Amino acid sequence: MSVLRWIRRNLVVIAGLLTLAYMILPNVVVMVFSFNKPKGRFNYAWQHFSTDAWKDPCGVADMCGSLSLSLQIAAWATLGATVLGTMIAFALVRYRFRARGAINSLIFLPMAMPEVVMAASLLTLFLNMGARLGFWTILIAHIMFCLSFVVTAVKARVMSMDPRLEEAARDLYAGPVQTFLRVTLPIAAPGIAAGALLAFALSFDDFIITNFNAGSTVTFPMFVWGSAQRGTPVQINVIGTAMFVIAVLVVVAGQLIANRRRNSAR
Amino acid sequence: MTVTEEAPPAAPVTEPEVRRASARRRLVPYWLLLPGILWLVVFFALPLVYQASTSVQTGSLEKGFEVTWHFQTYWDALKDYYPQFVRSLLYAGTATLLCLLLGYPLAYLIAFKAGRWRNVVLVLVIAPFFTSFLIRTLAWKTILADGGAVVDVLNTLHVLDVTGWLGWTESNRVLATPMAVVCGLTYNFLPFMILPLYTSLERIDGRLHEAAGDLYATPATTFRKVTFPLSMPGVVSGTLLTFIPASGDYVNAELLGSTDTKMVGSVIQTQFLRVLDYPTAAALSFILMAVVLIMVTVYIRRSGTEDLV
Repeated sequence: MSVLRWIRRNLVVIAGLLTLAYMILPNVVVMVFSFNKPKGRFNYAWQHFSTDAWKDPCGVADMCGSLSLSLQIAAWATLGATVLGTMIAFALVRYRFRARGAINSLIFLPMAMPEVVMAASLLTLFLNMGARLGFWTILIAHIMFCLSFVVTAVKARVMSMDPRLEEAARDLYAGPVQTFLRVTLPIAAPGIAAGALLAFALSFDDFIITNFNAGSTVTFPMFVWGSAQRGTPVQINVIGTAMFVIAVLVVVAGQLIANRRRNSAR
Repeated sequence: MTVTEEAPPAAPVTEPEVRRASARRRLVPYWLLLPGILWLVVFFALPLVYQASTSVQTGSLEKGFEVTWHFQTYWDALKDYYPQFVRSLLYAGTATLLCLLLGYPLAYLIAFKAGRWRNVVLVLVIAPFFTSFLIRTLAWKTILADGGAVVDVLNTLHVLDVTGWLGWTESNRVLATPMAVVCGLTYNFLPFMILPLYTSLERIDGRLHEAAGDLYATPATTFRKVTFPLSMPGVVSGTLLTFIPASGDYVNAELLGSTDTKMVGSVIQTQFLRVLDYPTAAALSFILMAVVLIMVTVYIRRSGTEDLV
């Protein structure tokens, strides 16, 4: 009876934690299976423990090449989308101009469209232009779909900024450039950083748009896709696990630094 | 303009300069917008025009394609592939509903119950993102494998008999069935549901709950009359962020499903990249876009939240 009552009282917490478990489970499986020694070509059934894959992470042909290509594309796409997106966000929040409604919908639409539609239509453009598919077409596509997300992230931050801070800077004889670099940019930085992080994650992990516009170039997600047909090397799980661990460490370190700063500020 | 007109006549020398400066200032937003908007026009809007024109072309790869206003392509595409269309909308809808049901308690937990664990749980929600989603989707092949723990438990509990009878699973296995695909879709898009839900729940003033309690509302009534209505913006953007990508997704259907679970994204991909029947692929893609946009517009109108961006 009391157990039932306890369950009833904590129903939300239990349901929430179950959902969390559902979300984490695949990551645990990826991690565990990075220590597997599969019998056949596919790494789906557990055989026995081995650290072979961790000792030789690049032992699979073409995998690390595709990984470094993905990282390069993600870096450039992040840079491009962040610069263009931040500019748009500032214009939207700070200035009045014509055709605001049309521009807003142009920014909203890429987020409200199934990826496969953008992928297919972009490919028709490239085919019509006779463009050679590869690094550049992938980069163009990635900047395109990351842009809207950066705008949204930066816009939220710039909107909550107090314009009086910049007025104060101007009153204190700061020039426009100085005001922008020393007041506006530092305050907007968390929004820009969030937008950039999002862009990097979206670009690095994108499969559908890339698959349409890559030609014979192979990014890391495309390599994983191909291996699902040909045979999945354990090294894929090693990369997946390593990325997961590094990212979590970065987040935790960032939290610790932020906490320390807040404590010392007190 | 008014500034220059009201400028004192004592300094006529500076007037053109002032005018030029204010004209320059008026151009600033356009310069800021130009590169990004140009990018979207050329690589997002223009391709849609090209796609529209491709969809009414006829011809072959060898002879080339020509615009012949052949609208029959749309009809043929719909006739041939309506099962995949219906399936896409059905799977995406089910996954969205499941995401809402599963995601709401977790978002609620983070917003109101997690206390000092809030950031830890938030990191755990976002953390899976850092492993490529294709690798994580492949992990479901292991989890749902025939003879695996999950399938064994579901078999012992006779759950698979029920789902089999409903047509969600086949012959006591989960992999390569609609259930596996929906499970994968739900899993992949859950964070897109949880984060907007959390954002809107977090904004709710905790004192409203207290006030509801003081006015003798039961927890259930408080949720129904206070919490849920106030979280509506999160529900709307969460369902959109889940449904839209899920409806065009083909990764889950290809990796976890079978030929009987193909979604329209698969068809578009195959027509475009393998069959090279560009008009059919373009028509399919256009229909998908139209269906999704119409559904989204109606949904936003109905739920009364226009400020999504």
